[in-house]
Amino acid sequence: MLLPLILNGLIVGALYGVVAMSFVLIYKASQVVNFAQGEFLLVGAWVCWWFLTDWQMPFWMGFLFTLAFMTCFGIILQVVVLRPLIGEPVISVIMATVGLSIFFQALMKWIFGVFAKPFPPIFSAQSVDILGLQVQPVYLLSLGISLFIMAGFGWFFTASKHGLAMRATAFDQQVAQSLGISVPKVFAMSWAISAVVSAVAGVVVGVVNGVSSALSFYGIKVFPAVILGGLDSVVGAVLGGLVIGVLENVAQYVDAEWLHWGNMYAIAPFYALVIILMIKPYGLFGTRNIERV
Amino acid sequence: MDAMTPAGDYRTSYRADMTIMATRNSRIALAVGIVLACAAPFVLDGYMLDLLINIGIFGIAALGLNILVGFTGQISIGHAAFFGFGAFASAYFHEHGVAVALAIPLAGIATAVVGLVFGLPAARLKGLYLAIATLVAQYILEDFFARAQWFTGGVAGRMTEPPSLAGWVAGRPESYFYVVLVAVIVMFGAAANLMRTRDGRALIAVRDHYLSAEMMGINLAYYRMLSFGIASFYAGIAGALYAHYRLFVSVEAFTILFSIQFLGMVIIGGLGSIAGSLMGAAFMVLLPEVVEGLANLLTGSAIDRALRLGASISFLREMAIGAAIIVFLVFEPDGLARRWRLIKAYWKLYPYSH
Repeated sequence: MLLPLILNGLIVGALYGVVAMSFVLIYKASQVVNFAQGEFLLVGAWVCWWFLTDWQMPFWMGFLFTLAFMTCFGIILQVVVLRPLIGEPVISVIMATVGLSIFFQALMKWIFGVFAKPFPPIFSAQSVDILGLQVQPVYLLSLGISLFIMAGFGWFFTASKHGLAMRATAFDQQVAQSLGISVPKVFAMSWAISAVVSAVAGVVVGVVNGVSSALSFYGIKVFPAVILGGLDSVVGAVLGGLVIGVLENVAQYVDAEWLHWGNMYAIAPFYALVIILMIKPYGLFGTRNIERV
Repeated sequence: MDAMTPAGDYRTSYRADMTIMATRNSRIALAVGIVLACAAPFVLDGYMLDLLINIGIFGIAALGLNILVGFTGQISIGHAAFFGFGAFASAYFHEHGVAVALAIPLAGIATAVVGLVFGLPAARLKGLYLAIATLVAQYILEDFFARAQWFTGGVAGRMTEPPSLAGWVAGRPESYFYVVLVAVIVMFGAAANLMRTRDGRALIAVRDHYLSAEMMGINLAYYRMLSFGIASFYAGIAGALYAHYRLFVSVEAFTILFSIQFLGMVIIGGLGSIAGSLMGAAFMVLLPEVVEGLANLLTGSAIDRALRLGASISFLREMAIGAAIIVFLVFEPDGLARRWRLIKAYWKLYPYSH
């Protein structure tokens, strides 16, 4: 009984890890805590759904169009909303992303309605048999995509020119600038990548569970993951995501078997977050720059 | 720019320098304002009074948040949960035999205690870590509301009664308005007073530069906790007032959106401005009405049919709230309080504006 739960936890956790990575990407590059990360998933999934149903596009085409749309979306958000706030106190920046979050949540509800809508079926097979467990192909696809994105991030930050420029900017903006890196471009790029990657996660979740405003809750679930891993660590984000994914499933199992408190699936990660903040606020891999008083 | 006082208004003593109302005109304006407010129930209809009562209640909660965010530089994304806790606490105390007039301050104190518990991390964290911690407090308290049947009445919610004093029951907006008015005057007066005491100035010092503040002997952890406690106290009082006005407290009322609305009030009104809190609350209360009014203007037109305005008015309101927060942050980070100062300065200096 526990094994499928853990497997499920790992699959969902890998998705948390992907979203957490894109969250960390924005935080590392531009020091913005993005409270609207969940809305990236939401917008991406709805836009893809719209391409697939209203425009009757094949999946790959709708998916590519979604990615293109999300690239523009991320850049526009950064340029229009976040760029004027550079140099403002951290509270203002947090508030701006919070404002973005409720704005896009309401906008999506307005355009697409409040009810969950399923994606058109993509796979013909109902389930695949792995080690005696019946697994839906979309879950496998989800895991595959997550791993692919993680590997892509790994390559991007260690080998590609833009990734290195981004790391340099995260390390020291002035030095990066004096080396000829355009910091505004790096900021815009980090938002674009983050939006695209989150949208991929959003589409995957949408294919599995249908698209609804519940998607934006992933943006909240990301916080336990990134705090556990350390706010500025990509590896930590992946690990934190996996741990939180397993944790919520195990918590639900423990609750159903012994405790009977109810709602532990949704709330257990938050208790975990409070404990982490109390004991180890900079997380497992984060830079220890938080000033304690 | 900050204090536009007329020429010749020299302050010759510390006492004069510390007054809340610097000039005679401002004192007169305040007195006239209070008298006009007292007359409001005789002139305005129930709908307008309802709006004014909401502005007063939310203004108190926003003021509490402003003490935390604007004066101490801490952030809280869980203010609505504390507001809700105050509402439930007051209803709970009242059901157990405490008179409403006593239950409201008791609820404030109870909420302050809860706030201090969640403020414990606040003593050690700041900035974005605190934002995340309070966001979590919001979800944990919401979960607690749904779970704690004995306290909140569970899914069914909790009924309560209006305040009464010696046979006089403030059950209608016309009478409840005075209850809120008194609370607003007391709470805003207390906040204005707080900011000129040693504790209030310490809070501002923590905001402006916490290292310097610490070097001057200010206990950072203590004052961060204190400001969290004060903010929760204000939220609790406002929540209690809300409970005895609506007479029904529902578990679902105190969502994250509500918390964001409070933050929006503080930002739109002006961070670190006491009067601004009330302006921000007024803006946030009136904004949905304006949005609805605009949507109603378009009823039946082609735009209405194409965009389904009538059916999605609640989403439009939420969008307006989000957009207002962003627009103010980008274009007017100091909020309505600064705009108001600029307008006053313009007329004071007219026609020589430079």
